[in-house]
Amino acid sequence: MDFDDEGSNFELKEIQTLSGHTDRVWSLAWNPATGTDDAQPVIASCSGDKTVRIWERSALTRSWDCKAVLEETHTRTVRSCTWSPSGKLLATASFDATTAIWENVGGDFQCVSTLEGHENEVKSVSWNASESLLATCSRDKTVWIWEVMPGNEFECASVLQGHTQDVKMIKWHPTMDILFSCSYDNTIKVWAEDDTGDWHCIQTIGESSNGHSSTVWAISFNAGGDKMVTCSDDLTLKVWEADIEGMRSGNNQVLWKHLSTLSGYHDRTIFSVHWSREGIIASGAADDAIRFFVESKDSVVDGPSYRLLLKKEKAHDMDVNVVQWSPGQENRVMASASDDGTIKIWELATSSN
Amino acid sequence: MTLGLINANPIVHAKKERVARCEDPHCDFVRDIRDPEHPYSLEQLSVLSEESITVDDKLGRILITFTPTIQHCSMATVIGLCLRVKLQECFPPHYKVDIKVSPGSHADEEAVNKQLNDKERVAAALENPNLRQLVDECLYSNEL
Repeated sequence: MDFDDEGSNFELKEIQTLSGHTDRVWSLAWNPATGTDDAQPVIASCSGDKTVRIWERSALTRSWDCKAVLEETHTRTVRSCTWSPSGKLLATASFDATTAIWENVGGDFQCVSTLEGHENEVKSVSWNASESLLATCSRDKTVWIWEVMPGNEFECASVLQGHTQDVKMIKWHPTMDILFSCSYDNTIKVWAEDDTGDWHCIQTIGESSNGHSSTVWAISFNAGGDKMVTCSDDLTLKVWEADIEGMRSGNNQVLWKHLSTLSGYHDRTIFSVHWSREGIIASGAADDAIRFFVESKDSVVDGPSYRLLLKKEKAHDMDVNVVQWSPGQENRVMASASDDGTIKIWELATSSN
Repeated sequence: MTLGLINANPIVHAKKERVARCEDPHCDFVRDIRDPEHPYSLEQLSVLSEESITVDDKLGRILITFTPTIQHCSMATVIGLCLRVKLQECFPPHYKVDIKVSPGSHADEEAVNKQLNDKERVAAALENPNLRQLVDECLYSNEL
């Protein structure tokens, strides 16, 4: 659909509010194997209440219910959660310095492994596309890469040093084994493996490369994997692009270049950003609002620019910590979570004139 | 935590008359927060002055600036944490609080401000039992 179609008005419809957590909800993740004809959508959420909740939409009532509460494992805030690409495993990162791996055994979620090693709070965890590697990052300034072995065993393959401050998020490239991290040190780092199997930082995107001027909170890739968007405490979103063919042919010298900066749209820290497969960028910020941006075809000068499609004020009663598009069949369904302790399911709908 | 006092001989001032800033009469507000190192309140040590709190009730925003007693005060982040916790008690949960050291009052002003306003860092710090205990002692000490 052409977003520049003048006849379309967009609105963000609230489908349901999921309550249950007793403290702020920091993050959530849609199970990628669900949302099809055979599998009802499933979401995992994690909270300051030290638990992880699993939510599923009922096929009969179309209403979301909480199916499980994963408790008594993490002893502090659970900061982030992410499903493996096959949807079989869930990794949860906690301020208790551990990362837990959970498996759904006949409807019952069991902790099958605990990854230790970080010196303090683990902030984020990410699986690579082939599910052979897991990455974690921490306030201890390091990024750890773990090899996934048979029998739910995880072996530390590398401890990556380089960031000078707290690492807020890590994310694997959607198709290649290239790892991206963003930090309180205001930079984004790109990590890749060389021929000898050693991991190195192949690029640091700092202020001098048109980078952010404060903490970078999140990274998201577009469907093609040739662009990424980052969000920051500096109140901007930045879009970056790279030569994907060059990357595919194994050229580790390929650099990510600044494409566009979206400024003037946010007046408080942007905590989360997520790029939909259709190309809609959603952001969640500390002003309780959710915003949507799309590429604007108006601008021909200097390449594509982006425009605000919709701003949903007061999407939550407090800071929005995460926004995530559904990977399922239904288009334009999104979930958000907040300091207000709730998760909301939304649909970005149009009403054409 | 620290082996010796950072500011062993603070200048102590008389308590000023304060103007109530929030609805709750039990909330004597930030001035009676005890300094982490001395049995005096932050006000008596001129760490905080009244003009440094601005509240926008319409937007639900609070900006508080405070002045640490010395330029290199490493207790600045603890004081900032105490202020944040105290403010959370006095105002409804949806109020957004920004805490800064008053301009020019601290050698690492930018670094301190950044840490005090990083929500994730604050949350993690308050989960640290030692730090939490120190904050509670500053807030709830009966020595005043």
